[in-house]
Amino acid sequence: MGIYLPIAEISVNVFVLLAMGAAVGFLSGMFGVGGGFLITPLLIFYNIPPAIAVATGANQVIASSFSGVLSHMKRGTLDFKLGGVLLAGGIVGSTGGIFVFAFLRRLGQLDLFISLLYVVLLGTVGGLMLVESVNALRATRSGAAPVLKKSGQHNWIHRLPLKMRFRASKLFVSVIPVLGLGAGIGFLSSIMGVGGGFIMVPALIYLLKVPTNVVIGTSLFQIIFTSAYTTLVHATTNQTVDVVLAFLLMAGGVAGAQYGAKAGQRLRGEQLRALLALLVLAVAIRLAIDLFVTPPNLYSLSSAGLN
Amino acid sequence: MTGPKAFATAILLSLLTATVPAKAQTPPVEGIQIGLSTDNVSITAGFSGADLTIFGSLENPDPLVARQGRYDVIVVLEGPPRPVVVRRKDRVLGVWVNLESETFENVPMSYSVATTRPLQDITEPNSYRQLSLGASNLYMQPADDGDSPATIEEFTAALRSRKTATGLYSENVGGVQFLSQNLFRATVRLAPNVPVGTHKARAFLFKSGVFIKESSAQLEIRKSGFEQSIFRVAHNYSFLYGVFAISLAMLTGWLGRVIFRKD
Repeated sequence: MGIYLPIAEISVNVFVLLAMGAAVGFLSGMFGVGGGFLITPLLIFYNIPPAIAVATGANQVIASSFSGVLSHMKRGTLDFKLGGVLLAGGIVGSTGGIFVFAFLRRLGQLDLFISLLYVVLLGTVGGLMLVESVNALRATRSGAAPVLKKSGQHNWIHRLPLKMRFRASKLFVSVIPVLGLGAGIGFLSSIMGVGGGFIMVPALIYLLKVPTNVVIGTSLFQIIFTSAYTTLVHATTNQTVDVVLAFLLMAGGVAGAQYGAKAGQRLRGEQLRALLALLVLAVAIRLAIDLFVTPPNLYSLSSAGLN
Repeated sequence: MTGPKAFATAILLSLLTATVPAKAQTPPVEGIQIGLSTDNVSITAGFSGADLTIFGSLENPDPLVARQGRYDVIVVLEGPPRPVVVRRKDRVLGVWVNLESETFENVPMSYSVATTRPLQDITEPNSYRQLSLGASNLYMQPADDGDSPATIEEFTAALRSRKTATGLYSENVGGVQFLSQNLFRATVRLAPNVPVGTHKARAFLFKSGVFIKESSAQLEIRKSGFEQSIFRVAHNYSFLYGVFAISLAMLTGWLGRVIFRKD
């Protein structure tokens, strides 16, 4: 069944999009990530113009994050104060990102920049995760107890000024890295159409030493607002949010996420992480190939009236 | 998916006016008329391209010439003109990057041609150039005249070939058929991604390879329906549209949890 996307201005198959949403939703439920980093490249592979894929991806992320936050609120695994500070940084980063986005689009370098960012970020995160999870798998197989980092071990981040207390996270830390992290994620959100959970979660755990149980809820909480802000700004400055496309992805996504969460409970943590790492690397490699392979058309047309 | 629909447009029976009083001995000059039954066409969401039929008639045709098939008609449906940027990718450190670009003013967004015979059989390349007729003879005005002619030529050729590849520039040889001595029917293709706006239909009459007359009509192509309303809201009330998109996402997220809850 075909449907015409009003903003992307192309006809697509409804079931392909629902299935895409459901598959990504399943994975995001299983791994506890928003799924924006999968949705946006998939949309680009499906010939949706990258500018629309990014803005619509940000919109879709709101739905999956909101759904996730509701269950974390119920369990009380959410630090509103930490989320709020991250968010303040996020708004600043996102605003900067939108300007860079519009500027690159005018230069004709937006598609390249999006692909490069994806390849670098997904490649790095996927590679690190794969190494870490394979080591963990080996360690459990050989029977050795996993080496835990000593708690209370402080790094340079904890020596920065402007400290603030975050009660729910049992944390007393400078606001500078928190704001900076929020800004970085906000920037990525507006340029890549991702929530940024796949960077936020490890950063909160390893850099700020936030207890793991509040990390996902807090990260999702701030992602809702950053993505909402990104969606709003893309909608007003670039008119690139396609609600029909977003709705199809969300509908498939929220359904898939609930089943994915259940399936995820049956797998062990390091197995899950290894699988996610492979998936992330696969997307990065696929995007990297497109950068290097000679394109079928060296010439492209675009309307000169943009902005 | 709806299949190609034919937008039949009715006959402008100007051929009836062919009963001109024979006042002089000199043969009257031939003329051409085309008519559209409607001045606007609405395309809906499932639009997957269509054939647009335009009827027309010759005025005062010479029966002998007509019998020998020496009248040729070319019908063009030209989309609204817009500025276009053509970019070329080049390899930088192994990666394909958009480097050179050329901006052209007033490029017709679409250009569909229908002819009685192959273009090269109708008349000389020179007369096509003078008439600026045919996708390969359209003059593309570069925004920056300072660029070298070779570059401009290269990007003009690329622009034409991309437009042809996406179906926006098309040629339908044999798309104009004479139904009688006076009456003809032209079928031009509307690509699935046909631009909205004011299109200009033009008909050119040739007699034994010599250009005789031109006639034109205007046609508005609009998108209609639900999708078009969304497009309009997204552009005219973009802030409200953004708020709506966010609310829809939150509602979907909440509903999804209520309906599919597994914990």
